[in-house]
Amino acid sequence: MSAIIKRELQSYFGSAIGYIVLAVFYFFSGVFFNFYCIYYNSSSLAAVFSNMLMIILFLMPLITMKSFAEEKRQKTDQALLTAPISLFEMVMGKFLGAFILYAICNAIFIVYALIISMFATPDWAVILCTLIGMLLMGAALLSIYIFISAMTESQVIAAVLSIGAGLLIYLLDSLSSLANVEFITNIINAISFNRNLSNFTYGILSLSNVVYFAGVAAIFLFLTVRVFESRRWS
Amino acid sequence: MVEVKNLSKTYGDIKAVDNISFSADAGEILGFLGPNGAGKSTTMNIITGYLSSSSGTVTIDGFDILDHPKEAKKKIGYLPEIPPLYPDMTVIGYLSFIFDLKKVRLPKEEHIKEVMAIVKITDVKNRIIKNLSKGYKQRVGFAQALLGNPPVLILDEPTVGLDPKQIIEIRNLIKSLGKKHTVIFSSHVLSEVSAICDRVVMINNGKIVADAKTDKLASVVSGSGELTLEAEGSPSTISDALNAITGVKKVEKTGAGRYSVYYDPDLDIRKAVFKAMAKADCPILEMYSGGMSLEESFLKLTERGEKK
Repeated sequence: MSAIIKRELQSYFGSAIGYIVLAVFYFFSGVFFNFYCIYYNSSSLAAVFSNMLMIILFLMPLITMKSFAEEKRQKTDQALLTAPISLFEMVMGKFLGAFILYAICNAIFIVYALIISMFATPDWAVILCTLIGMLLMGAALLSIYIFISAMTESQVIAAVLSIGAGLLIYLLDSLSSLANVEFITNIINAISFNRNLSNFTYGILSLSNVVYFAGVAAIFLFLTVRVFESRRWS
Repeated sequence: MVEVKNLSKTYGDIKAVDNISFSADAGEILGFLGPNGAGKSTTMNIITGYLSSSSGTVTIDGFDILDHPKEAKKKIGYLPEIPPLYPDMTVIGYLSFIFDLKKVRLPKEEHIKEVMAIVKITDVKNRIIKNLSKGYKQRVGFAQALLGNPPVLILDEPTVGLDPKQIIEIRNLIKSLGKKHTVIFSSHVLSEVSAICDRVVMINNGKIVADAKTDKLASVVSGSGELTLEAEGSPSTISDALNAITGVKKVEKTGAGRYSVYYDPDLDIRKAVFKAMAKADCPILEMYSGGMSLEESFLKLTERGEKK
């Protein structure tokens, strides 16, 4: 598993893709930080975090589209699948590689918190809580995207489907207000990434939100393993 | 070492591999021969655990590939038809990744150096794989399969697309590897198989059509031994004399003074032929055993399969 993680990181940072993702992430988070914190004299990073959701939804497909789609196209999956490792280890290796890059992206928030600390006392508990939320949400999102990448041989299809899924996740909140049926609204609210993330940004570490994101990640990683298992049998 | 039992693989209605069984012993070079689309790659993919069989079992050194995949896969080095190379990595970076992936327990740097020396890629070790020529890529693929010194090597058409000099190099490499490893390699080039292999398994339309020692293949195919003879004398005297020998099944005149003698493959009739011809006063000008070439037997077998 560690071999795959290492190779994933090498492939991100051996090409431009890793740096582009970091640059775009840092650029937009910098813009939001300037706007919501510096300009408004606020010591709360909550608005920065919640605005970053959209950027993350559209940026992360760039790092996951390669994950399995490219392996299959170049037939390098034959090396992975005939190596003495389990499918779970292989999927986890891919996932953790992407997750580490995502975590490096999020590390920029610590820098912003330090900048705030020069002018005011940042609420470290809230920031830490939000970072945990961001990481959990990222794990859920990346596992969905990796699942999509495992289903196709084309990076482009993987990217388009992932962005489509991201768009759906982003629009869920507006859909909930459109649906007049309370039952449906409740369901949409329960699965909304934005709503599940917002508790973290208020500094509330709620078990249900943690379980939701961790659960989504686990389910999609499991499904990815199943994709490979079923392909072997078909 | 490798045992394949009643292996079948179906894709929908298509039977890619149909109930095949064979085995390869330690230190044996087994040629897996068949026309394109015969099911060679599918079989190899099943042996290495990349695909699952629809029915039947594969055991590697006693470990079932499905029940104990990790143990079984550790014993296999696999070079697929398209070598699984990451184009943006350097040769050494790639081999180091595969080394870690296979969880090899040998001293890393030394072992990689050793393998690179065997397949002669030391001079390109720092180059990016996508810039390498086809021959070098193939050899990097070879190196990848050799990492960890697996006792079983599965090579899927390792010489396709190489130039003649590279083909000879790869053949010699396989031959030398066969001393230490069990090698199963597939090919649709007959001369290659006859040059390298101890034994040949011939497959067509997913079925095994022959499984024999390389030198016995022709007689297995035709069901009888064949002797080609050129002799001087009247044709009727010669064929009478030949037909009188025990074990001779049929004598055929194939040209001026030339005869094909079909006989029971368990017997060696050459001495008897010599004596009979001497007695009949018909001097032998030329005589050699094995009329049908490997190419001809291959065609005969695959045609036979198609007629069915």
